[in-house]
Amino acid sequence: MDTNGATTSSAAGGGSTSTSDSSLLSKKNSKKPQYSRFTQQELPACKPILTPGLVITTFTIIGIIFIPIGLVSLSASEHVVEIVDRYDEGCVPPNYSNDKLAYIQSSRTNKSCTRTLSVPKLMKSPVFIYYELDNFYQNHRRYVKSRSDKQLRSKAYERETKNCDPQAVSLDAPIVPCGLIAWSLFNDTYGFFVKSKMLEVNKKNIAWDSDKEHKFGSDVYPKNFQTGGLIGGAKLNSTTPLSEQEDLIVWMRTAALPTFRKLYGRIEEDLQANEQITVVIQNHYNTYSFGGKKKLVLSTTSWIGGKNDFIGIAYITVGGLCLFLAVNFILLYVIKPRALGDPSYLSWNRSPAGNPN
Amino acid sequence: MKRFVYINDDESSQELYCDNRISNRKYTVLNFLPKNLWEQFSRFMNQYFLLIACLQLWSLITPVNPASTWGPLIFIFAVSASKEAWDDYNRYLSDKKANEKHIWVVRQGIRKHIQAQDIHVGNIVWLRENDEVPCDLVLIGTSDTQGLCYVETAALDGETDLKTRVIPSACMGMDFELLHKIKGVIECPNPDKDIRRFDANLRLFPPFIDNDLCPLTIKNTLLQSCYLRNTEWACGVAVYTGNETKLGMSRGIPEPKLTAMDAMIDKLTGAIFVFQIVVVMVLGIAGNVWKDTEARKQWYVLYPIEGPWYELLVIPLRFELLCSIMIPISIKVSLDLVKSLYAKFIDWDSEMIDQDTGIPSHATNTAISEDLGQVEYILTDKTGTLTENRMIFRRCCISGIFYGNESGDALKDVKLLNAVAGSSPDVVRFLTVMAICNTVIPIKSKTGAILYKAQSQDEDALVNAAARLHMVYVNKNANILEIRFNGSVIQYEVLETLEFTSDRKRMSVVVKDCQNGKIVLLSKGADEAILPYAYAGQQTRALVEAVEQYAQLGLRTLCLAWRELKEDEYQEWSLMFKEASSTLVDREWRIAEVCQRLEHDFEVLGVTAIEDRLQDGVPETIETLRKAGINFWMLTGDKQNTAIQIALSCNFISPEPKGQLLLIDGKTEGEVCRSLERVLLTMRITSSEPKDVAFVVDGWALEIALKHYRKAFTELAILSRTAICCRVTPSQKAQLVELLKSCDYRTLAIGDGGNDVRMIQQADIGVGISGREGLQAARAADYSIGKFRFLKRLILVHGRYSYNRTAFLSQYSFYKSLVICFIQIFFSFISGVSGTSLFNSVSLMAYNVFYTSVPVLVSVLDKDLSEGTVMQHPQILVYCQAGRLLNPSTFAGWFGRSLFHAIVVFVITIHAYAFEKSEMEELSMVALSGCIWLQAFVVALETNSFTILQHLAIWGNLVAFYVINWVFSAIPSSGMYTIMFRLCRQPSYWITMFLIVAAGMGPVLALKYFRYTYRPSKINALQQAERMGGPILSLGNIEPQPRLMEKEVSPLSITQPKNRNPVYEPLLSDSPNSTRRSFGSGAPFDFFQSQSRLSSSYSRNCKDN
Repeated sequence: MDTNGATTSSAAGGGSTSTSDSSLLSKKNSKKPQYSRFTQQELPACKPILTPGLVITTFTIIGIIFIPIGLVSLSASEHVVEIVDRYDEGCVPPNYSNDKLAYIQSSRTNKSCTRTLSVPKLMKSPVFIYYELDNFYQNHRRYVKSRSDKQLRSKAYERETKNCDPQAVSLDAPIVPCGLIAWSLFNDTYGFFVKSKMLEVNKKNIAWDSDKEHKFGSDVYPKNFQTGGLIGGAKLNSTTPLSEQEDLIVWMRTAALPTFRKLYGRIEEDLQANEQITVVIQNHYNTYSFGGKKKLVLSTTSWIGGKNDFIGIAYITVGGLCLFLAVNFILLYVIKPRALGDPSYLSWNRSPAGNPN
Repeated sequence: MKRFVYINDDESSQELYCDNRISNRKYTVLNFLPKNLWEQFSRFMNQYFLLIACLQLWSLITPVNPASTWGPLIFIFAVSASKEAWDDYNRYLSDKKANEKHIWVVRQGIRKHIQAQDIHVGNIVWLRENDEVPCDLVLIGTSDTQGLCYVETAALDGETDLKTRVIPSACMGMDFELLHKIKGVIECPNPDKDIRRFDANLRLFPPFIDNDLCPLTIKNTLLQSCYLRNTEWACGVAVYTGNETKLGMSRGIPEPKLTAMDAMIDKLTGAIFVFQIVVVMVLGIAGNVWKDTEARKQWYVLYPIEGPWYELLVIPLRFELLCSIMIPISIKVSLDLVKSLYAKFIDWDSEMIDQDTGIPSHATNTAISEDLGQVEYILTDKTGTLTENRMIFRRCCISGIFYGNESGDALKDVKLLNAVAGSSPDVVRFLTVMAICNTVIPIKSKTGAILYKAQSQDEDALVNAAARLHMVYVNKNANILEIRFNGSVIQYEVLETLEFTSDRKRMSVVVKDCQNGKIVLLSKGADEAILPYAYAGQQTRALVEAVEQYAQLGLRTLCLAWRELKEDEYQEWSLMFKEASSTLVDREWRIAEVCQRLEHDFEVLGVTAIEDRLQDGVPETIETLRKAGINFWMLTGDKQNTAIQIALSCNFISPEPKGQLLLIDGKTEGEVCRSLERVLLTMRITSSEPKDVAFVVDGWALEIALKHYRKAFTELAILSRTAICCRVTPSQKAQLVELLKSCDYRTLAIGDGGNDVRMIQQADIGVGISGREGLQAARAADYSIGKFRFLKRLILVHGRYSYNRTAFLSQYSFYKSLVICFIQIFFSFISGVSGTSLFNSVSLMAYNVFYTSVPVLVSVLDKDLSEGTVMQHPQILVYCQAGRLLNPSTFAGWFGRSLFHAIVVFVITIHAYAFEKSEMEELSMVALSGCIWLQAFVVALETNSFTILQHLAIWGNLVAFYVINWVFSAIPSSGMYTIMFRLCRQPSYWITMFLIVAAGMGPVLALKYFRYTYRPSKINALQQAERMGGPILSLGNIEPQPRLMEKEVSPLSITQPKNRNPVYEPLLSDSPNSTRRSFGSGAPFDFFQSQSRLSSSYSRNCKDN
């Protein structure tokens, strides 16, 4: 035992690598049953280091993979046909153009408005109809919290309006659905005509199935809604249960960004190229007080979703940068080779402290 | 302040003093909750978290469910509270066991069996053999006719030898019956914790005629927790009970030590806190401005025209809560967890098991492992720490004749054996002193062999050597000693024992030769405590030379002396001694003074030289650690020459011309001042040269230097890498530690004996060697190891890894919290600066507590370099010492990385999920999964060695993230119902994830690669060399093995000292004790002995290049 102690210490001090003392380990193993590789911190480990080969290969591969993906995404996005029409300005009669707020708030003004859209390319069915709001903060803290999921789900929780202030109760009776989100429901409507023939807009199944089935109860009917002094947005048909009020369900999926689109409906027929679509808009919703834009969007879809070039461009950029880095590293490696692990980098080897030679 | 204990008085003292109930508990059932909470909340971090948690109860401002903060907070508190409770419960159980033990106690004159907790002061307690002493007792009776008993005091001071205890003279000869009825009073000091001192008096009441004051010392006591051994029974009077015993008083809760790293983390936390306040203020103001300009126009928000008075505060407070996760609540728990694992690794390390005793190393303090990697100064004791403390009698010089010089072992020296056989009178007297001038107890074992129980290793060595030279100390029966010399038995009666004290530095016994009635004083002690007191006319020249020569060889020397006393001289002195022994005030000093009156006019018989061999691997350890940039100071009570020799032989200092020794000495203030100035001057000049300069100072000069020239001495301490302080007292050792600490150095003190305890407790890290001087030091220390050489592994392996791992873990903890926090801040800019949280409560809580904690916890297994590489290149420790892995600039790097990653995640998410996809729950999950993906790759990139556990934790965590979120997505009532399923079906989700990872990690990887290859740190260079199997590995062997042999031989070989230049000359020939050399500043100082060894290390250094 005694001499053994000395040899162990010399082994530790005298340059044994973690792999070479396996014989020592097995010897100890037999001696001490409680020995384990975990307790001795000697679990077999893989120790990769950043060699030029590894790093350059990684960057090259990333570049090679990313650029095609970017191109594919970009082309998918390009294939999506999208018509965007901003109508908030255009739908205000010229005599009200200085006071749009008065126009939208007045109950006597004519709110309908006709817009003409031309289809640039063939739009295969289904064509999705979105409304896009801008500068509208559905994510505002005061707004986003002002709802009661319990109340929406079941009739039994009708009085659960704790978070709904300031649209919780109307004359002590609970508002169903309560809260600012429901109260400010979007209420512009669109009618589509092609060559004065009305296009059918399917407004069924525009909301998530899960919402219809689990979040909005089929036994919950609107009650005391929009009856207070202040009228927010749309009114609801109090004979239809909430689970079928799909516009409300879509609206209540709050958007995280101040610019957002929400699904209005679907046109389930192809729109031919260069077709002129006439849209009759009932322009009720007030975005004029805060200068928000309202847009009508008709769009097809692809595997990547709607028209969005960002991912494609980002992929191509990142892939390009990776290739660029890889090339640079190769050049650097060729021009200025550095041997890895050259002991001369260790300053104590360069000038040993206290060693005169 | 005194305490009067009335023996066997059942009434009076009961209320006065506490009973014998021992309580080590910190809490009671009732006060546990408040007290524990109070303690936990006395920490700033906890107060902060509590404040945050309380603010979250206000639903107007809370961004998330309060449970997301309360949950972890309560969990963390519950964990540490239950740990405390468990510890306290165990203490309660052990207390209870001790308290309910049955003890025989005299009550109303009858012996009764009662519980230990009912013992009162003044009770007479009866003990049987192998009983544990329940409280501090004054011994009044034993089974031994001479009134002796033996105790084992291991639990008290860790010394395993048996100690004799004796009943006071007044109680001598009382019989069994009388002891039940004894009455009297003991006058003793109030309870204190000094286990070596008990200055009290005993006076018995009539009818016990002996009405005199009888002095009591520690020799008359049985202290709590000792064991009665080799004695059939003993009884004593309880004087201190319960928590007032010597043991109870010395039990204290040591101040928790804070590592440099903890301090740095606290500092960084403070900085983050300030940053957070700034962010909150800016966002709060921006939020209020936005609200007043924009939000009033947003009709759907329905802001009231007039808000309540606190309205201005609402938004800043919301942001405060939103940003509160900047300071990760998990960091304390994670750190505690990994720290205890570091400690476990030390306990488990099979390479740090002492092979002789089988005792593994142990980390008592589990919280300071990182400090081990940051040690800058090691202050080490000599005896027992560097040396084995296994004393072997090697040489002696008897009346001018040197024995043992040729063979290196006097016991084999034919000359000496012949002298013994011829009963040469000088030799016989010399051997007699060796054999009986001690406190050794001979114990006859059953086989007939004699075992010696000695308190000091030196005495043990001397007695054994005497026995080998046929002077066998056979038996001690009370005061009668028996020695057998060459077959004849000689008896001596011990009249007095003048015990060893570190001030007198000698011990003596007065014995009476039973044959001829002669009274003789036998003394042994340090040369300066004996030689000056030789009788006028004795030639001490040869002895001085012998002392010098032995010290040169690193041997411990003792001078033995002898003087015949006249009967009346002894009688007269004996009275004085008795009087001094019974004083209550300054007893020690009075005794020393009286002893001085007897100890003079010695006939010095000779000098013994005892070898204390260096432990295995000490020179290598010191060399390696010195290479690692650690400065060594040796603090020893030994004499200068011995200390220097040991220092040389264990690579402490280098010989000329590489090394230089500077001496600070002087007896007066002026001398010390001059010498200090001179040394300082030399030091300043040589500090630029690559020279190994060390200074030597002795206790006396040190006292003066510390008192009057503290500033100069501090400067010297900073300049000097090595110092030897000899003849220092325990408190001076502690003062030196204090001095270095005050210069902001991390100090490690290592020692093995009771005299090192104060230094060990004072230092940032105390390491105790569980050696032969008992366990006192090991018990007081933060780490206990079996051998000095384990220090290398403790520091270079465990300390270094701990530092590296904690550096990563703590910075990563901040990084991941900052990432999520920055995303929240960015989001607030697109949510009307209203303080909306992008993430839901569950995600936020799980992010900090679960998703990001698990992968990083396995970083405790990470090894940047293999142990072998670190051992070969100890210089790499400088990265830990200088704190290069955790400091404001590395932290800034992590801060920048978190900002960058937050931008990447946020920008990509809001663009990829724009327009019709910008649903709140979806977008939040995309951002969160982006963070999780990045975390996995960040941890993977920062991990140096992947074991299976690392892979499991990193990639398993990623899988677990999805599983957990799928589970949540399957619960209809949860906010994120179906979200994760929908996302996972979208190709764009996965494409976004890959984009985030590539964009986030690409630049990090490129930067890391660039620095790794073109600006490699030394750690990187070594990593590369290690993994490429480059040339570094072949340079490996630090020490060729034969060196060890050579060193062992060199102090023993006789020829070397003869070749030496005579650099030693007594300063004043008439005072033999002033044998100190004059080093002079810069005076050349030759050390030949290790030259040959050095040449080998030179050649090795050349190879390194």
